[in-house]
Amino acid sequence: MSRPKNQNYKGHGLSKGKEREQRASIRFKTTLMNTLMDVLRHRPGWVEVKDEGEWDFYWCDVSWLRENFDHTYMDEHVRISHFRNHYELTRKNYMVKNLKRFRKQLDREAGKLEAAKCDFFPKTFEMPCEYHLFVEEFRKNPGITWIMKPVARSQGKGIFLFRRLKDIMDWRKDTRSSDDQKDDIPVENYVAQRYIENPYLIGGRKFDLRVYVLVMSYIPLRAWLYRDGFARFSNTRFTLNSIDDQYVHLTNVAVQKTSPDYHPKKGCKWMLQRFRQYLASKHGPEVVETLFRDIDNIFVKSLQSVQKVIISDKHCFELYGYDILIDQDLKPWLLEVNASPSLTASSQEDYELKTCLLEDTLHVVDMEARLTGREKRVGGFDLMWNDGPVSREEGVPDLSGMGNFVSNTHLGCINDRKKQLRQLFYSLQVQKKASS
Amino acid sequence: MLQEESDLSLIIAQIVQKLKGSNLYSQLERQAWASLQRPEIKLESLKEDIKEFFKISGWEKKLQNAVYSELSVFPLPSHPAAPPEHLKEPLVYMRKAQGSWEKRILKSLNSMCTELSIPLARKRPVGEQKELLNKWNEMGTDEPDLSLFRPVYAPKDFLEVLINLRNPNYENGDSLSFRTHLGLIQVPLKVKDIPELKECFVELGLNIGQLGIDDSTQVPPELFENEHVRIGQKVLAEQDSAAAQQYIRQGSPTALRAELWALILNISSQPEDVLYYEQLKTNVIQHDLLVDSLIYKDVKLTASNDDYYFVFEDYLYQVLLCFSRDTSVLSHFAYNSASPPKSYIRGKLGLEEYAVFYPPNGVIPFHGFSMYVAPLCFLYHEPSKLYQIFREMYVRFFFRLHSISSHPSGIVSLCLLFETLLQTYLPQLFYHLREIGAQPLRISFKWMVRAFSGYLATDQLLLLWDRILGYNSLEILAVLAAAVFAFRAVNLMEVTSLAAAEAVLADLSTLKVMPLLQIFLFATVT
Repeated sequence: MSRPKNQNYKGHGLSKGKEREQRASIRFKTTLMNTLMDVLRHRPGWVEVKDEGEWDFYWCDVSWLRENFDHTYMDEHVRISHFRNHYELTRKNYMVKNLKRFRKQLDREAGKLEAAKCDFFPKTFEMPCEYHLFVEEFRKNPGITWIMKPVARSQGKGIFLFRRLKDIMDWRKDTRSSDDQKDDIPVENYVAQRYIENPYLIGGRKFDLRVYVLVMSYIPLRAWLYRDGFARFSNTRFTLNSIDDQYVHLTNVAVQKTSPDYHPKKGCKWMLQRFRQYLASKHGPEVVETLFRDIDNIFVKSLQSVQKVIISDKHCFELYGYDILIDQDLKPWLLEVNASPSLTASSQEDYELKTCLLEDTLHVVDMEARLTGREKRVGGFDLMWNDGPVSREEGVPDLSGMGNFVSNTHLGCINDRKKQLRQLFYSLQVQKKASS
Repeated sequence: MLQEESDLSLIIAQIVQKLKGSNLYSQLERQAWASLQRPEIKLESLKEDIKEFFKISGWEKKLQNAVYSELSVFPLPSHPAAPPEHLKEPLVYMRKAQGSWEKRILKSLNSMCTELSIPLARKRPVGEQKELLNKWNEMGTDEPDLSLFRPVYAPKDFLEVLINLRNPNYENGDSLSFRTHLGLIQVPLKVKDIPELKECFVELGLNIGQLGIDDSTQVPPELFENEHVRIGQKVLAEQDSAAAQQYIRQGSPTALRAELWALILNISSQPEDVLYYEQLKTNVIQHDLLVDSLIYKDVKLTASNDDYYFVFEDYLYQVLLCFSRDTSVLSHFAYNSASPPKSYIRGKLGLEEYAVFYPPNGVIPFHGFSMYVAPLCFLYHEPSKLYQIFREMYVRFFFRLHSISSHPSGIVSLCLLFETLLQTYLPQLFYHLREIGAQPLRISFKWMVRAFSGYLATDQLLLLWDRILGYNSLEILAVLAAAVFAFRAVNLMEVTSLAAAEAVLADLSTLKVMPLLQIFLFATVT
C-alpha cells in the first residue's frame, strides 16, 4: 500500500526530537513468518503491531520498501531492515558496475596491487547491453564454461550453463518469441558470468559458503561479521560433463530440495566451524588464516564499492547473506550478495543458527539503547569495519606496523555468544548504575 | 631369568620371520647393497659400517617403527606348546561361544542368499564393469533396490549373545548370590579399577596438559598448546613411531593428526601400496559380492544420514568394497578369536579343496560398520591412503569390538569394565537404573561397539581416538561411557523407564570428552 506524499503522512514513533531513550515497549512489525517471528515475539518488551498500527521497528520485505519508503516519515529512534537502494549491492548487474568503478578508482589512487584485491568477482557482462563485449571475451577464451543468471531472481531460478554461443542464441530466440505474446512483461536482465570450473570439492561435491554481514551504516561504514554460517553442498558429485544437470552445479538449498536424490533428513549443510576444522586438518592453520583473510577482504571491498552510492539513512540497517565460492587454489570468489537471506530453517541446527543470528542482530540494532557504541563484539557478531579496519588487539590499531595487524573477525571460530552476552550486559548494567 | 630370555629370543625370531617377508626387508637389502659404493663402508668393518649407515640415513628408524608396529599386536606371551587356537583365544568357552555366533551369522547370510536367490558372488558382465568403472567416484548416486536386504546383525543382537555367555567352570547358580554380577555380563574377567586406570592413563592426569582441555579459548596458547605443537612437529621430523605414540596421549594438534596417525600405524604410502589398492579396485569391478549390497545398505542407513559424514559417502564405498576383497586381512585372524567364514564352490560342499573364505577378507559387515571409516575421511583424502589407515585401524583395534574374546580390549572386557566402574563408583545410579529395567549396558553398548563414532562431535571423536592409538587399548571407551553416565547422573536418577533413560543419553554431540575423562578418573571422590 502506498501513501501519497502530501497526505498527512503516517508518522511512526512517539515524541519526536528525543534522544535514544529507553522505551517501555517496542512495537515491531514484520510480514515474515518463520524464525524471525519467533525471535521478535520472544524478545522481552517487544509487542507486535499489525496492519495500520504505528511501529518502532519494521523487518520489511523489499517490495514494501520500494513502494513506501519514500512516503514514510520515521522518528529518530525508528529502525527498518533495509537500505533504500540496497540493490546497488544485491542486483548482480549493479554490483558489477559498482565494483568495476571502485576498482578503477583504487587503481588510480593506490596502484595495481590494491586494485587487484577487487579481483574476487568472476568476469561478468550484463545482457543484453554488453552482449558484444561478452562475445569478444567469449571468443578470446574458447571452450570455457559460462553461467547465465537472471539479475534479480533468487533461489537458483532461471540459471543455466553454456559453452557455445549457439546455446544463448537459442535462448534469446525463446525469450523473444514469448515476449511477442506478452508485451507488457519487460525483457528480464541477465548477466553472463565466467563459470568457475575448478571449485574446491569436499567428498567430490561442490559447495558454497553462506556468510552473514550486518551493515549498520554506510557513511561512516560500520559492518559486523557473524561468526557462524554454513557451507551448502550440492547433492551430486561435481563433473563438468553434465552442464545441463542443474543439480550438480547449483548449490542453493532451494534447488537441491527438488533434486530426486534429496532426502530432507540429509540436509546438505555443514556449519562453518566444521568446514574450518576440515580445512585446517587438511592444509594447516596458516593456509586457513590466509583464506579467511581473503574472504574478509571480499566483504570490505564490496561494501566500500557501494559506500558512496547507497543512501545512508540512519534508520536503516541491513543483514546481508554473502555467497562465497572457494576454488581449488583456495581463492574465494564472490557469487552474490543477498539483501533478504532466507530465514527459514531447514533443520534444528539451522533453526538455532538463524535464531541466534537474529537475536544478535537485534542486540546490535539496540532498540533498547543498552550499548555504549564502543563494543567490538556483540554475541556472535564481531565488528569488522568501523570507518576503518578494526583490530583484534585492544586500543588504537598501529597501522604503521601493518604486518602485525590481525582483523577482529572470527568467521568459523567458536561462538560462545551466550556467555559473551551475559558478560556484556552485566558490565553495561554496572556502568549504568555507576554513572547514574 | 632364563625363561624371559628364551621368551625374548622367541619373540625376536617370530618378528624377524614376519618382517622377512615384508617390503621393508627387500628395501633394506637394496639399501645395503647400494651402500657398498659409499666411501665410509670398509671391508674390515662391514657389518658395523652398514649398521652405522642405516642409523644415519633413517632406515634404522623405519625398521624400529616396523618392529614396534608388530609388537603392538603381538599376542600376550603364552606357553610355547600352545596350539594356534590358544593364540586366538585362550579360554575354551569363549572360543565355543564365538564359534556358535559365527555359525548363526553365516546361517542368516545363507538364508538371505537363498531367499533372494542372489549368489554370494558372481562375475559382472563386461557392460556392467564398464559402468561401474565410470561411476567409481560417485557410487553414492546409485540407488539400487535394497529394500529386501537386511543387515546380517545389529549390535543389540550381539549384546544378547554376550549376555548369555557363561563360564562353565564358574558356579553362579541360578539364584542370586553375592557372586552374581548385578550387570548384564556374567563372566568373571579381570578388569581394572580406577586406581589401576589412573596408573595406566597417567598422562590424562590433572597436572598434565591435554588437547581437548588446555587448548580451549580461555587458556592462553603459550601455556601449553604452542609447545605441544612444536614437540609434535619434532616427533614427525624424527619419524619415530614409539615417540609419536607417547606424544599423542596428550592429544594431537589438528594440523598434525593425519601424519601422526600414519606414523603410529606405520603407514607410508609406497607405490606398491597404491598398486595393491588399484588391484582391489579391479577385483571390485570384476566381481559382485552379496556383501556389497550389505555395505551399500549400511552406508545409506547410517553414514549418509549423518549430518557431517554424508559428504564422504563415496569414499566409504571405495574403502569398504575394496576392504571386503582384501585377503591380506585374513592374517589378523591369527590373533582374533573369530575365524573367517568358509564357503564352498557350488556342488562341492565339504570338500576342502573347494573351500573359499567368504567374503574374501573374512569380515562380514554389520549394521553401523561403515561408521568405523567415516571419521577417517576427515583426515585422509587420497583413497589408497585412507584405505590403508582404515585397514590397519581395523586389524589393530576395531575387530575386537565385535568378536567374543577375553582380551582386555575385547568388547566383553569393555562391557564388564563399564558395568564394574558404574557399580563401584556410582552404586546408587546403577541400582536405580537396574530397578527401573534400564540396565546401563543396554544404552552404552552401541557407543562402545562403534567406538563412539556417530555419537560424539567429530573433533571430540578424533581426540578420543588419539588416546586409543596412544595407549594401544580400547579400555578408554568403557571409561568414557561410565564418565558420560556420571555426568548425566542427576537427570538419570529422575527417570522411571528405559525409554526415558535413553532419551537423557540420546544426544552426546555437545559433550567434551577430555574433561569428562579427567574428572571421572582423577577428580571423583571415591
